[in-house]
Amino acid sequence: MTEYAAVPRQREPAEVVAELDRLNVWFPTRAGVVRAVDGVSLRIRRGETLGLVGESGSGKSTAGLALLRLVDPSAGTVRVAGQDVTRWSRRRLRALRRRVAMVFQDPQASLDPRRTIGASIAEPLIVHRLVDGAAARRQRVAELLDLVGLRRELADRHPHELSGGQRQRVGIARALAGEPDLIVLDEPIASLDLSVQAQIMNLLRRLQRDLGLTYLFIAHDLAAVEHMSDRLAVMYLGRIVETGTPAQIWRRPAHPYTAALLSAIPVADPQVERRRRRIILRGDVPSPVDPPAGCRFRTRCPQARAECAETDPVLVEVDPGHRAACLFAGDAVRAMSVTEPRRAGGSD
Amino acid sequence: MSETTGRSSEGQLRRTLSALRHDPLAFTGSAVLVLLVVVGVAGTWLAPAGVNEVDVDRMLQAPSWAHPFGTDELGRDVLSRVMIAARVSLQVGLVSVGIALTVGTTLGLLAGYYRGWLDNVLMRCMDVLFAFPVLLLAVAIVAVLGPGLLTATIAVGVVYTPIFARVTRAGVLSVREQVFVRAAISIGASDLRIMRRHVLPNIAAPLIVQTSLSLAFAILSEAALSFLGLGVQPPEPAWGRMLYDGRGFVTEAWWLGVFPGAAIFLTVLAFNLVGDALRDVLDPRQLTVSEARRSST
Repeated sequence: MTEYAAVPRQREPAEVVAELDRLNVWFPTRAGVVRAVDGVSLRIRRGETLGLVGESGSGKSTAGLALLRLVDPSAGTVRVAGQDVTRWSRRRLRALRRRVAMVFQDPQASLDPRRTIGASIAEPLIVHRLVDGAAARRQRVAELLDLVGLRRELADRHPHELSGGQRQRVGIARALAGEPDLIVLDEPIASLDLSVQAQIMNLLRRLQRDLGLTYLFIAHDLAAVEHMSDRLAVMYLGRIVETGTPAQIWRRPAHPYTAALLSAIPVADPQVERRRRRIILRGDVPSPVDPPAGCRFRTRCPQARAECAETDPVLVEVDPGHRAACLFAGDAVRAMSVTEPRRAGGSD
Repeated sequence: MSETTGRSSEGQLRRTLSALRHDPLAFTGSAVLVLLVVVGVAGTWLAPAGVNEVDVDRMLQAPSWAHPFGTDELGRDVLSRVMIAARVSLQVGLVSVGIALTVGTTLGLLAGYYRGWLDNVLMRCMDVLFAFPVLLLAVAIVAVLGPGLLTATIAVGVVYTPIFARVTRAGVLSVREQVFVRAAISIGASDLRIMRRHVLPNIAAPLIVQTSLSLAFAILSEAALSFLGLGVQPPEPAWGRMLYDGRGFVTEAWWLGVFPGAAIFLTVLAFNLVGDALRDVLDPRQLTVSEARRSST
């Protein structure tokens, strides 16, 4: 796995904000060692959105937490702004945490119920001594509330007085407060109502455009992230199985798992939908304590062959910037049966 | 903890006060406590006679208009002594529980937040303290430090420290797994800040309940120590000491034991009533399901 899962965009070789290099995060448990993240490499460049997709248990959230060193890597390297922070002490990490912010899945749980909205948003300002004086801090909190489209009066409210969408806006405002280089969005819309999901997506997109933000967008379904992402990485059982631009992956998924994920997304056109063949994956995700030998996906892969049990596939390039970890990635068309891509372009 | 976490601090204060006002038992308890505090603070001025005003002509007189609680074997007014002794009881209770609360909460916070060996060492020490019967431990501590008001206070404080450590640790263990604590870490907040600003406010409710209940037990323990002659030294009055002094006259002068005993009983009962009412309002484990659901949405 010496190849980087995520490649730079051709247009502007921007500075790498954060990266994971052959990262392992293993948790010892009673049942054995859980290999939550097993040899994952990611690079996130300034101004882009990297979409990280996978089922629950695929290790995508753990990979995100590793970027903030909220979990301790077992092996590999975490680099932020060019510095190797893998072995930094807790004390040293505190300064780093201004550079990488996080928005959590459940906005209710991620806000301290005893503190006002204003106090929650101001916390990074206080911790990193960014703004001096209570009045200036209040002013900055008001600006942040404006930025995420919330009324300034909400600063004095408590989280339980807000709706789910408003709470997530508070979570985003708090993430913005420290002016981070990278924001890790850990399924930021998964626990919200459908209508609110769209609003939050629009807000995130607008903030990125206006402030030049960099996102690692973690999601469990491809449809949620492909509109926003410049690049996608698909995870399965602690590994990255495919990366590329949304257009590449959408048009020609090179890994059978990605193909299955794509086929699970219904098409809005009933005629296409009727003709379309869905790939039904059988069985459950194997235990990360004891992953299958060879290719980890082979136990559920509709196209598995004998070789798959022997060789553990590495990411290989199928197109420029499009890589997949499948022994037969180069083989003809995947069982992805939608004839035409639903979207021509990759990202906005 | 998620039920507590659904409510704001102001809402909780309002709920608490309203509950104390509307629950007749809790109201009675709070009224007794208010009376007790007034008497404790101003007892010296309110009391009809001085504590040690000896009147050999009026020894062991039964309750009368002149001496509502009667007089003791030295002709001292029992009402006055009971009133002035309230201060000692309150003082020992408040200071010892204050010690237990401060030390116990700090130890519980450290143990629950850092876990690991620190948790093991601290909590095993607490278990050792906890394993002793309350009074035996208090007597042992007083025996080492020598009898007196201060040592009795310290002894009672040490005895009740493990309870606070345990209550705190249990709360910390559940709060530290909450996402908002992880969020605070992700922001770069220091451990001290997280413990003070995020963990402690979210475990305040069980601690408040425990404080009021412990006050009752602390006052009881102080009375027991004084009864054994290990607390306040005569001639300074203390309820427990008065019980001890009156025990020799139980058959001929019942009032010597009954009134200080009633004072202890009422005080402990009042703290318990208030403590129970606070638990009903503040402690989520006691909430009904519908109430919990309502308050968490």
